[in-house]
Amino acid sequence: MTAQVAVSRWSRTASGFTGVSLLVVAFLAAVPYVFGGPAEQPLITLLTFIALASMWNLLAGFSGLTSFGQQAYLGLGAYALYLIAEHGINPFAGIIPAAIAAAVISLPVAGLVLRLSGGYFAVATLVVAAVFQIAATLSPSVGGTTGVSLPGLAGYSDVLREALIYWATLAVAVVSVAGVYLLVRRTFGLDARAVSSDQVAAASAGVRVGRIRLLAYVVAAGLAGAVGALIALQTLYVEPTSVFSIQYSVDMLFMVLIGGVGTIEGPILGALVLFGLQETLSAYGAWYLVIVGGLAVGVTLIASRGIWGYASERLGWSFLPIGYQVGRES
Amino acid sequence: MRPLLEVQGLDVCYGDFQALFGISLTVEGGSALALVGANGAGKTTLLRSIAGAQATSSGLIRHEGTDITSAPPYQRVARGIALVPEGRKLFPSLTVEENIKVGASASASDAWPLTRIYDAFPLVARCRKRRASTLSGGEQQAVAIARALASGPSLLLLDEVSLGLAPRIVGELYQILAQLREAGATLVIVEQDLRRAMSACDSLVCLLEGRVALAAAVAEVSIDQVVAAYFGEVRS
Amino acid sequence: MTWVNSVVQGMLLGGQYALIACGLSLAFGVMRIVNLAHGDLAVCGAYLGLVLSSALGVPVWVTLPLLLPAAFAVGVALQWLLFGRALRRGVLAPVLVTFGLSVMIENLLQVGATSDPRGLNGGSLALASFHLGSLVVSWLFMTAFLTACAVLTCLQLALSRTSWGRKVRATADDLDTARLVGIKVQPVFASVAGVAVATAALAGVFIGTIGTFDPLAGTNTLIFAFEAVVIGGIGSLWGTLAGGLALGVTQVVVGQINQDYAVLAVHLLFLAVLTVRPGGLFTSSHAIREIGAQGAAG
Repeated sequence: MTAQVAVSRWSRTASGFTGVSLLVVAFLAAVPYVFGGPAEQPLITLLTFIALASMWNLLAGFSGLTSFGQQAYLGLGAYALYLIAEHGINPFAGIIPAAIAAAVISLPVAGLVLRLSGGYFAVATLVVAAVFQIAATLSPSVGGTTGVSLPGLAGYSDVLREALIYWATLAVAVVSVAGVYLLVRRTFGLDARAVSSDQVAAASAGVRVGRIRLLAYVVAAGLAGAVGALIALQTLYVEPTSVFSIQYSVDMLFMVLIGGVGTIEGPILGALVLFGLQETLSAYGAWYLVIVGGLAVGVTLIASRGIWGYASERLGWSFLPIGYQVGRES
Repeated sequence: MRPLLEVQGLDVCYGDFQALFGISLTVEGGSALALVGANGAGKTTLLRSIAGAQATSSGLIRHEGTDITSAPPYQRVARGIALVPEGRKLFPSLTVEENIKVGASASASDAWPLTRIYDAFPLVARCRKRRASTLSGGEQQAVAIARALASGPSLLLLDEVSLGLAPRIVGELYQILAQLREAGATLVIVEQDLRRAMSACDSLVCLLEGRVALAAAVAEVSIDQVVAAYFGEVRS
Repeated sequence: MTWVNSVVQGMLLGGQYALIACGLSLAFGVMRIVNLAHGDLAVCGAYLGLVLSSALGVPVWVTLPLLLPAAFAVGVALQWLLFGRALRRGVLAPVLVTFGLSVMIENLLQVGATSDPRGLNGGSLALASFHLGSLVVSWLFMTAFLTACAVLTCLQLALSRTSWGRKVRATADDLDTARLVGIKVQPVFASVAGVAVATAALAGVFIGTIGTFDPLAGTNTLIFAFEAVVIGGIGSLWGTLAGGLALGVTQVVVGQINQDYAVLAVHLLFLAVLTVRPGGLFTSSHAIREIGAQGAAG
């Protein structure tokens, strides 16, 4: 008698995890009421990391696009928010438009850079970021090299402003993780991983390689734009060198590699690790980055699946499953 | 006398997929072995394993008595084993002459210097300065054989030399192979055309789904028996 | 007359870009690796030149017989320790590893040498100039340009005439078959990596003598090198020279009009070539497939 086989995309662990994460999000939302100011700042940093890591994973982990130029859209989102606020619109309401602006501008850019792949794509993204930065430096309407301060927040007390930024960051982080998850599960399915591991084979198997890369690039640009707007709200000042800094890309690379490329849970873990490293090692200045770079190199060569990659293989866990599981029908 | 080549219990796996199961065969010096089988039977995998381009999971390969199972390809070429790969695989940006010189640089043997190759292959001599990417199929096949010969091999492995070529050209190539045999070379030829394979070779091995289905001297076996082994029909 | 002067100066500058770019082009053609730390390695060359010339009390040119073999050795070591392993780990790994390496190098330089801009001691060569008609040309610029041409010519000759060159080109064409016909691929990779880093270091020394350098200069150097390669086309050293010249002329000529826009113009030229002729001006046809015709599929 042959056993009945069932193919499932979910599991009890996953249901459990989803329940737990909803509770965690609810808890995090309550933090400003319960803990107030001092707890918000580090959490804002951590949530920003999570949003960025998840976004970079969508690009590099699921679509094979190793972009080191996402800071272009970070900066774009920040400047877009400034321009929106300049026109009298409430800056908090401007976050989504800023994200959309970044996504829209990424379309023609995608037309150029997506002609390349691998290392050549990576350097092209660096060029794009450089162009955006120079353009900002040369535009007197956004303050040129000196930058501009963000208007429209005079009516908010510091406490309220910080809390609103916190909630907005939490929302962006949740959208980033959940959005990437749903995108990969539904629209991309296994296609995205096929694309990232062997584009030519994927294309010959009928996967619409170009569409997936374009979608990933535009979504990532939008997310980066949102984060850029958040950063502008936080620092209250937008200036080219800091907002287009390549440091963001270094951080994203590290988080995704350490946490685990191509998994949804991995980047969250990586964000936690980077956050921890930054807190403990920031006193060491440049050495901190040497260690970060070294760990990135080491992880790629030795433990290429990252912490989560190993854990889920060993323990069989998958909190946010994106693949298919074959089992016996019970 | 010890055989030139011995393969014992060879297993080859590509990840989870096993391509060869316990292959064993011997090739006597100066003889020609025909390796036949359907597509996917494992013929190319076997030749590449002998040449060192394919890693093996278990089993033994001996050349002139020495275990070469884990020897890298350049050592095997230096020992006198050369493979003419499926699909010719010439270096497209190199000229014909450069392709041959590359083949020669891998071994110290001077059995086939450039002059001897050009004498034996007038076709190749005529296009020596042309880029490999501009040649026709038949010309490419001749150059691929010449490139392998340049290393002065004692054992020449040929993977599907007649694929995609007109019968007349295939005939010419087999004449060259016959000349090589007369000169003392040992050949292992993968060939789809059973009749041609049997007329050119002394012994025959037929693979089926990664296993040896038939191994015999050509003189002792009929073409019907070979066809049966080829398709996996059991006949007594 | 200033336009002619600009074009000439631009061409001389372009020679330097070609020198920094040729190592990148070679490494990609043969090993399919885009070394994102290439610019940083050039900057390391400048710093090494600084250390050696200060320690020995001589102009940096005298240190080259020490510096270049050292750079070659570094290239071989990097290939053996990092790049070779990264290549075996899949398509993304080399990009990630070289970027991580770039971060490490830039920050190690910051720790070791602080972020102050430095210059190299070019001796009397750095100050001399000569007249070409009504143009004033600095000997240093001219030497940089001629060195670049000489290096490219030697490399091209080595590739087309020597046994090593044949092996390199065969490996670049088809790695699997190259192994099969008995080419020892590891020494080929190691020697190419060595040449790439040595040419980068030499370029770094010129950059450091003509201008200033600091630990973070590597990224911009990489971008310019990369742009020269793409504009000129992968797989052709003369294409790389042409690409470098295009960059240099654009930068100086636009700089003549408005200095602020000079670098932007170069980037825009790169993006324009990418739009109109992504294979570059001189690419060999089979190389176009490598850089990403895949991206156009689907």
